[in-house]
Amino acid sequence: MNKTVCFYFQVHQPDRLRQFRFFDIGNDAHYLDDFSNRTIVRRVAERCYLPANKLLLELILKHNGAFKVAFSISGAAIEQFERYTPEVIDSFKALAETGCVEFLAETYSHSLASLASTAEFKKQVKQHADLMKRVFGVKPTTFRNTELIYSDDIGETVAGMGYNVMLTEGAKHILGWKSPDFVYANALDPRLKVLLRNFNLSDDIAFRFSDQSWAGWPLTADKFADWSVAALAQGDVLNLFMDYETFGEHQRSASGIFDFMEALPAAILARGLEFCTPAEAAQKHQAVAPLNVPYPISWADEERDTSAWLGNELQEEAFNKLYSLEADIYKTKDEGLLAMFRRLQESDHFYYMCTKFFSDGSVHSYFNPYDTPYEAFINYMNVLADFELRVKEKLKVKKTTK
Amino acid sequence: MRVLMFGWEFPPHIAGGLGTACYGMTKGLAHAGVDVLFVMPSASGDEDQSCVRIINASDVAVSDSISQIDEYLGKVQFLRVGSNLHPYIDPVDFTDLVEEEQRSQSEEFKFYFRQKYKFSGKYGKNLMEEVSRYAMVGGAIAAREDFDVIHAHDWLTYHAGIAAKRVSGKPLVIHVHATSFDRGSADNIDTRVFAIEKRGMEEADKVITVSDLTRNIVINKYGIDPSKVVTVHNAVDFSGREKIEVERGVREKVITFLGRITFQKGPEYFIEAAAKVLKVCPETRFVMAGSGDMMNRCIRYVAKLGIADRFYFTGFLRGDDVQKMFALSDVYVMPSVSEPFGISPLEAMKTDVPTIISKQSGVAEVLKYAIKVDFWDVNALADAMYGLLNYPALPQLAAERGREEVDNLKWDAAAVKVRRVYESAVNGQ
Repeated sequence: MNKTVCFYFQVHQPDRLRQFRFFDIGNDAHYLDDFSNRTIVRRVAERCYLPANKLLLELILKHNGAFKVAFSISGAAIEQFERYTPEVIDSFKALAETGCVEFLAETYSHSLASLASTAEFKKQVKQHADLMKRVFGVKPTTFRNTELIYSDDIGETVAGMGYNVMLTEGAKHILGWKSPDFVYANALDPRLKVLLRNFNLSDDIAFRFSDQSWAGWPLTADKFADWSVAALAQGDVLNLFMDYETFGEHQRSASGIFDFMEALPAAILARGLEFCTPAEAAQKHQAVAPLNVPYPISWADEERDTSAWLGNELQEEAFNKLYSLEADIYKTKDEGLLAMFRRLQESDHFYYMCTKFFSDGSVHSYFNPYDTPYEAFINYMNVLADFELRVKEKLKVKKTTK
Repeated sequence: MRVLMFGWEFPPHIAGGLGTACYGMTKGLAHAGVDVLFVMPSASGDEDQSCVRIINASDVAVSDSISQIDEYLGKVQFLRVGSNLHPYIDPVDFTDLVEEEQRSQSEEFKFYFRQKYKFSGKYGKNLMEEVSRYAMVGGAIAAREDFDVIHAHDWLTYHAGIAAKRVSGKPLVIHVHATSFDRGSADNIDTRVFAIEKRGMEEADKVITVSDLTRNIVINKYGIDPSKVVTVHNAVDFSGREKIEVERGVREKVITFLGRITFQKGPEYFIEAAAKVLKVCPETRFVMAGSGDMMNRCIRYVAKLGIADRFYFTGFLRGDDVQKMFALSDVYVMPSVSEPFGISPLEAMKTDVPTIISKQSGVAEVLKYAIKVDFWDVNALADAMYGLLNYPALPQLAAERGREEVDNLKWDAAAVKVRRVYESAVNGQ
């Protein structure tokens, strides 16, 4: 049986908040920084989404269906594409039509709901699946949680929703001596197969590609294909999971990342490996063992846990405050408030409040519009204070009109 | 290694942060294996001499080394300046305190080198005279003592350092704790002080600055070769300090400004931010502790904004009162327009008080857990105050991590860097 290489790319753009001072509380319900959201989405579309989609489409056509990839596109990203760069949606649709691209399910707003509220989590997954159906005409069967967050319980919930494959990180502290290059099964519900990211090879592309101090530099398609063969000598499936923005945004076009990707499929195929989407890979290979993950893991930072989002008091407070509003929001039955509730759940808001970034600096500061976690926290809490006022007001109005 | 160090003050008798910094540094240097001979204009004998030997310049009779004096007099031209000098650090009270002594001294003062001179060691009206005399004594001490390197703290001692260098031929390190640009605005600096500072920096083999902010000023405004300017951030020493218990009279949250009320400290930004916060959180109290030439203007401004019922002025605080004020505060703010380092945020953080500092302060370079804003950004300052008042996780985290952070700023570490500067000066690198 052929060994498998499985590519999945994450596409997400957060709804960045504008500078919201406390004197705006109660006076101004506009929370989003439209200018920077538009500017950034357009920039990334130009540097990454459009050229990368074009390249992938050419590769798929060139290899007659032997080259396959998967995307997970957050609802937040789709909304912003629809608003600012509809041509990006079209280019994803063109990829969808080849039949060689799998679209994964995730939470609509790239949220941490799986750590807060199962009910809210399920609603968002459903909302996202509906979106995929509406935009790309497919119903996802594979699930990937925000930041590859996974635990036995989350996996069980996901299996219960009818998904049979889930992706997560091949975290060392979970695997121990085991290899990420096999298919595993959820410990509570063995029907759910789990694919693990090979972080060494994934990060060779995503983080180290243009690092000239890295021993592997310059990374060529042949070199990488050889490494893939070596990895799969003891394994079934090599999972290369990364942010899609790797192409052209994190690794600039001038680094040669597009040329690398252009040459890679041929190099991999020439070595007798094949490409599968996550759904195909999970179907093709047997689960070798159940995977025990009692506490949530993720693909972030050295710790591979959830401490990048919920690692300090600021994050805990903001997070708890947000989800304490859940019940009231559903009582208002107000579409606008609900949509904003979802936006405020985006994991990025909590990431900005991370105090670890003094050590994990490079990655965090790249993604962060704030200078310090304090600023991020104060701004978010101001927005939340205003949001809470509006929810309360709405409830009052509802009560009096009844 | 042995260093001849020129300071202006040393605890317990101090007016500004300079004496405290010198004390901490000499202790750290002692641990780093450096002997310190500390020269100060007017020692009272109750200084802690466990780590240094203090030489009281007032006790040094210049006549006993007259030949050397004559020798170096030819090389060093002293500035004789009129005595109407703006004081260096100017709590109004100090002038009152030392005025009497100075008057008598001025009358007695004759340009005689062959006798002891009674320094006041303060920052009074005949400061320039004292600075010049101090330099003479510096030369005399340099001739009689044995040491490897000279270290002079701030412009008051630069001439003494230069004189000591000329007499002994040993390398000179000067330590810039503040510059003329931190005392006045850029177009209103004391040119006499500037000249002394520039000369000191030029003649020094190495210049130590207390922050990168100050380093940039030294390089850009004084035109000093960057390769000889090294930043060594200050540290703090809270050992032996007891926790003060205070009874809080008010239930409301207290936000405090503590420092000289001068243009450089940015008191007006504090007042403007206070007015903004009070609009939304009327149950907050603001305190401006300290005195200075802008105090009256600030009082009028507070009245004009109509917030005087929530805004208090304490006047100049001394001794324990400073610590009590911190203990009574829920938020400490230092909105300085320009601050070479700024030690008081560290005291606040040590007392578990969350702290907001301006990005234009040297201490911002070493603190991660203080909230930083641009001094001119009143909205950001107000927002930070509001956040600390209303979102409990914020002050909790800031206080907790802030204390840890301050506890880790050790003079021992700074002293090792200072020692390295000495070594490079001695080796001529």
